[in-house]
This record gives sequence, C-alpha cells and structure tokens, in this order.
Amino acid sequence: MADLTLDSVTKIYRPRGREPVRAVSGLDMAIADGEIVALLGSSGCGKTSTLRMVAGFETVSEGSISLGGRRLNALRPAQRNVAMAFEGYSLYPPLTVRDNVAFALLRERAPRAEVASKVAEVAELLEIEGSLDRYPATISSGHQQRASLARALIRPAALHLLDEPMSQLEPQVRAVLRARIKEWLKDRGMTAVLVTHDQTDAIALADRIAVMEASRLMQFGTPAELRERPANLFVAGFVGEPPMNLVEAEVVAGDGRPRVVAADGLLTLELPALNGPLAPRPGQRVWLGLSPRHLAVGRGPQRARVVANQWLGDQTHLALELGDGAAALPLIAVAAGMLEAEPGESVAFEVEPRGLHLFDHEDDTALYHGSPDGTTGEPA
Amino acid sequence: MQRSSWPWRIFKALCLTAISLFFLFPILWVLLMSFQTNADILRVPPSPFFTPTLANYKALIAGELTGAGSTLQIAYMKNILNSFVLSACSVLLSLLLGVPAAYAFARYRFRLGENIAFTLLSFRFAPPLLVLLPLLLYFQELGLYDTYIGLIWVYQLITLPLILWIVRGYFEDVSPDIEHAYRIDGHSWLRSFLKIAVPLARPGIAAAALLAFIFAWNNFVFALILGSSDVQPVTVGALAFITASGIQYGQIAAGLVLSVIPTFVLALVMQRYLVEGLSLGAVKG
Repeated sequence: MADLTLDSVTKIYRPRGREPVRAVSGLDMAIADGEIVALLGSSGCGKTSTLRMVAGFETVSEGSISLGGRRLNALRPAQRNVAMAFEGYSLYPPLTVRDNVAFALLRERAPRAEVASKVAEVAELLEIEGSLDRYPATISSGHQQRASLARALIRPAALHLLDEPMSQLEPQVRAVLRARIKEWLKDRGMTAVLVTHDQTDAIALADRIAVMEASRLMQFGTPAELRERPANLFVAGFVGEPPMNLVEAEVVAGDGRPRVVAADGLLTLELPALNGPLAPRPGQRVWLGLSPRHLAVGRGPQRARVVANQWLGDQTHLALELGDGAAALPLIAVAAGMLEAEPGESVAFEVEPRGLHLFDHEDDTALYHGSPDGTTGEPA
Repeated sequence: MQRSSWPWRIFKALCLTAISLFFLFPILWVLLMSFQTNADILRVPPSPFFTPTLANYKALIAGELTGAGSTLQIAYMKNILNSFVLSACSVLLSLLLGVPAAYAFARYRFRLGENIAFTLLSFRFAPPLLVLLPLLLYFQELGLYDTYIGLIWVYQLITLPLILWIVRGYFEDVSPDIEHAYRIDGHSWLRSFLKIAVPLARPGIAAAALLAFIFAWNNFVFALILGSSDVQPVTVGALAFITASGIQYGQIAAGLVLSVIPTFVLALVMQRYLVEGLSLGAVKG
C-alpha cells in the first residue's frame, strides 16, 4: 500500500519498418496511498499500455514511475510488489482455481492454514467457492475472470492493477461485486488502478477517474467533477450516459447580460456576467454543452418537438428537436421518473443554469461551467 | 447424428479396407519376408505358405551373414545402436538449442529475427548434397569425419529447424500474460520460462521431438558420406545386404523390422503427449 506517481510518462512503440506509435504521451498523475483510480477511455487510448508500464511488462520510453517513493522504471515485475488481474485472466492451466488463487501466498511461504482461510474469504467475496477445486479450462469465462481477480486481491501488494476486471460478468453480478470489491480495497487501505472502458464500473469503483484519449490524459478528477466540470470537449462528449449535448454557438452581447446563440437563433440562452481571462467575449465562437440531466422538460420558456421517448424503468430519455428540416437542432434530455410525451408533441423545456457549459471552439478547453443558482459565472 | 444408409456404410467400409490394404500390405509383406529364407522369397510363383524361420534374425543378431558358401561379418546391431545414439543425441541437442530459440522468436522482436528464423527453416528445403561435399572436406580437415559428434552436428540441419518452427508455434499460442502473472507474483524470467512456458508448450515440444527423431532416424545421405561403418546408422548399414552373392531379401526384411521397432515404441510412448497436443487448442482458456 503506497502512493503511485507518474511523471511525464511516455510510451512510444517503434515497430520496425513502420512509423513509431505514441501510445502514451506525457502522462502526469499522482495517486494517493489507499486511493482507487480508474483509467477510462476507448480502445487504443493508451490506458492498458500505462498499466503495463506500471506492472513492468513494457519499458517506459520517457518519464518515470514511482511507487511509495521508489522509482520503478528499471525494476523487474517481480521486484515491484504489484499485484495484477489480467484482462485475459491468465490463470495457470495445470493448477486448480484454489491453487491459482493461493499461488503467490504459498510462494511467500505463508502458513497453510492462513492461506486457506484467506482463499476462503476472497472466494466468498467473489462467489467462486464452487469453482475452487476445478481447473480453469472447465469453468465459465465469468468465473475465470473472478478467479483472476481473486488471485490479485488476495495479495497484500503495494499496488493492485486491475485490467478490465469485470468485462465478462453478468450485469447483476457486476453490481454486487463492484460494491464488494470497493469495500475490500477500502477496508485494507489498498491502492488500486483499474483500466476500464465501462463508465459505470469506473464511477462505482473509483475515487478518481483519469479519462484518456489518443494517448493523452484528458482529465483526472472525481466522477462528480467529470460530470459537472468537464475540462474539455472530449470529456464532455464522453462522460455520462447519455453524454452532453454539444452544439456550435456564438456569444453575443445583450442588454446587460451576454447571451449564447446556437443554430441560427433557434436556441438563445442568457449567461451571467463573466470575468477572468478565459471568459468568453462577445463575438467569440464556442461549443455549447447542455447536460441532458439539466434540461428540465415540462416548464420554461423554450419549446421543442418530441422525436422519441424511451422509458428505461427509472428514467426517461427524450429525443427533442428544435426547428424543422435539415437545420433542426437535436437535443437529448433525461428526466427522472416516467414522462408522458408522445412523439410529435411540442413540449416546453428550460436549461437549468448548472447544465450549461461553454468550450473554446479552437482548442476545445472549457471556458465556463454553470453554477446551481446561475447568478455567477464559473470560469473553468 | 443422422444414421447413414446401409449402402453408404458398406461403400465406406470397402473404401477403408482398400486403403488399409494398400498401405498396410507392404508392411505385412516385409514382416512375412523376414521369416522366410531367400529361396522361399524368390520362389516363382510366390506362395503365402512357407515354413517360418528365425534364421534371418539370428544372422543379424549374431552379426554373421551366411551367403552362398561364404560368411560375411556385418554389424547390423551396431548400426541400430548408432542410429539410436545419433538420433537421440541430435534431438536432445536440438531441444536444448531450439526450445529457448523458439521462445525468443515467439516472444521477442529483434534485429534480423525473422531472417534468422527463415534461414534455419531453409536448411529443411535445401538439398543436403548442396552442402555435403564441402562439409566432407571440412570434416576430414577438422577430424570430425567418422565421429558421432560430427554426425550429430550435421544432423542439426534436420532436427533443429523442425523443433524450432513447431515449438515456436506452440509458444505463440500460450498467452504471454500467463507468464506475466507468474513474474508479477515474484518470479524471475528464467523461472517463468521453465515453470510456465515450457510445461504449457510440452505437447508441442514432445510432438516436435518425435518428428525430429523420426527424420533423424530415417536420414541416409549424411551418414553415408560423412561416416564409416563405425558410426553409420541402420539406413546405411542395410546396404551391406547387397552382397556379391546376391541381395539378401530375408535379412533386409528382418533388418527393416528391427529398425522400425525403436521409433514404433517411441511413438507409442509419446502418443499421450501427441493427443494432449492436439486437444490443447480445444480447452485452453
């Protein structure tokens, strides 16, 4: 259990005869002792390369990685005191699940009785008691994945790396295990880094989430920060289900307060008076971000046509359209509970102040995040 | 499964019988010949009825070939021993060299890696005669002519590429993450190679070793040119049966039967691993 620091970590693959590929570019992260961090991103964004560099299976091209103050770059995997659950499970085929899970502890010559009780404990946590005496090849992939997780979680290592730890689990099991794994890690003060492309896993398990895209770190923050204060256009369009509505717009000077105008005037919203170097100026082109959860349908000054209405059991996803034809502006709104609105019907809606975000049109960075009361601007 | 109709089944049975006869009859014929005297074998018309004799085997084991009135000393049993020593040592050496090399080719990309692997493979399709004459001169110069070491060295041309290329494929099928898991649990690279990679590729290694052994056992031309009767294997030793007083068919047949036994036994012993090797793909996780 220790803190992990990544300092300008870069990974460049140099396949012979082809252009070098930058898998990870200048990654800076400081992960506190006992913290759980998720690396979230789509395939090929560099999250698994990062994890493998920390584990020691890939060399670090530039920068340094340290764990508990000890620089890891030149250490062999065996010397790093790191436990890892692999995406491909990688259980030892000739050993039973029990022996697989107990393997590292037995190697460290832990007393047999203690190992047995630990195995029983972690098997109960992950509900694999029934598979303990079977061989990996004879159990389902879901159980193999849990066995692989068990093999990592049982070790008292300084750092736990979990690569797509729940990709093969059924949704119900997932929900239960997420909570249990988090409790297990927290109870023991374990530092953990997990790689996932599933936002729900990341939000449920992690204290902080690092969003990666195209080898770069886009934002590193708590789940609430990612949702309420996305640092750039990518994070805004990636985080959340459904993600933020993003529309090209222009800031115009109004009578007193500036306004933001989108889609040729189909949507006009008032902004609070803004200050600061990043505050958008009148005439500036911006990306307007509207959080679906803060589009309040059924009240307000704006009107839109309902295109589709999806009831998901606990919330309603509404596809709305402002205007007609090719120039129409599509928006997604999420309402808690069931909302009666037929396709084709016109509904009133309002943008709650906290659901309004502005991003620079040139470099995609955040310029403004709405605050709950809407009276003050919150430049990013 | 759908039950096939009886004409189809009879047709299949007939085909199978014909094919089996085609392939097994020569073996059966040789087996029968080995229990016959030369006179019985050369009788016209041939007859399946004869008085079995063990004279051929006795002659081989005693090392004395009795022809038309004369006795010829042959070292057939020594030839079998030579075959065994040469094949076994060649395969062992190839395993020692080839398995780590196959692992390297499977796991790491390095400078000229593919070129080296391909060059080794090219030994398999280059005609042996291409290298034999220069080798003969070198060997005489180096004192390797007519020695086990010299022949085992040359046999690497046969066994090493086979083992390297077959085992490489098996290593590629083993997920590197299994070794990674082992290494992150606190083991060195060498231990993960010996304890994880090699055992998981064992069926492949066994299959490759058996194939290499058979190829080495059946080799003729290297030993013919690079050795004398002291080190020559059965394949070359059988030439002794073509004597001045005629071809000793009975003894050749008995010699063949004897020479097949070691590889046959080895194949039976290794069968378990071969089957394991074939079924590995179906069960690996």
